[in-house]
Amino acid sequence: MAGRIITLTSGKGGVGKTTVTANLGVALARCAQRVVCVDADIGLRNLDVVMGLENRIVYDLVDVVEGRARLRQALIKDKRLPELHLLPAAQTREKSAVTEKQMIKLCEDLRKDFDFVLIDSPAGIEHGFKNAVAPADEIVIVVTPEVSAVRDADRVIGLVDANEKTPPRLIINRLRPAMVRRGEMLDTADVLEVLAIELLGIVPEDETIIIATNKGQPVALESNTVAGAAFMRIARRILGENVPFHNFDDSGGLLDRLTNLLRKR
Amino acid sequence: MSFLSRFLGRESESDSAAVAKQRLQLVLAQDRLNISPDTLNLLKDEMIAVISHHIEIDQANVQVSMTRTSQGSCLVANIPVIRVRVPEAPERIKRTRTPRAHTRA
Repeated sequence: MAGRIITLTSGKGGVGKTTVTANLGVALARCAQRVVCVDADIGLRNLDVVMGLENRIVYDLVDVVEGRARLRQALIKDKRLPELHLLPAAQTREKSAVTEKQMIKLCEDLRKDFDFVLIDSPAGIEHGFKNAVAPADEIVIVVTPEVSAVRDADRVIGLVDANEKTPPRLIINRLRPAMVRRGEMLDTADVLEVLAIELLGIVPEDETIIIATNKGQPVALESNTVAGAAFMRIARRILGENVPFHNFDDSGGLLDRLTNLLRKR
Repeated sequence: MSFLSRFLGRESESDSAAVAKQRLQLVLAQDRLNISPDTLNLLKDEMIAVISHHIEIDQANVQVSMTRTSQGSCLVANIPVIRVRVPEAPERIKRTRTPRAHTRA
């Protein structure tokens, strides 16, 4: 059976698309799925370093598209997880080096060999974004609970709708439950109400992600961190499992709960 | 409540999440309609004027926003009603109609 092509995009840069793509790739591979992560951010390649595979790149996506390498030669196999692969972006080229048609052809070839093709879209809504969205069966919007990120997410949802894709789903990244409790950060419910979109998952702010990225070892390799566990839940939802949304409010300390109680009165 | 909260140093200066949500709703209304803030305000003022003919409303708290539903975009106006103006409106319509009928005749 042909694999599913899922594009992760956001409009705004810096919300964590690449980190989410890498970790979802890891999480799905841990669920025994054959996964390839495709870096569509040509010229600003980063998925390789987040996954810790930067030293193993020989050929890239543009080499494949332009016929200098076969697809199999460009794919990097992750030694930690035999099911996980990366197709890196070219670093010295521009977004215009690839067309939508070429991206579609590439991903159609990939889906024959993999259960999941995860495409990490570049920021913005121009050529690179269109390339990343063109081959997708499903779109996942990554957003942080901030005005600017939600606004850009709304714009992207509008563009995807206009493309007649299936309704996109949302991952809220870097949620800080303590700030939400204090009324200092947009809540999940606020973001969902404003965007009117289905929720796929919530990833709380977690320092271990920075440490993991420093080392090139995605947090989802293990489930013992808050973020790692969150990515595993999202992977299971993508696989069709009915996984309840985690209530991060529980993690509040006694002082938090006390002040929260007082705020409500 | 504020005494203990402030004592604990947890009371925030303002509910900035609510401010964020309000600002988002306004900016998205403009983005989705692709109209300027001026036009949106004009639309709001004209709606207030029309509705005020028939219903006394809380003009300061009228909110206009665009939401996305499964059927597409939807313009939502939240208009707090104070009371309905009962007899005046229908009479005025009658009065304006009668002379027009005369001129046609």
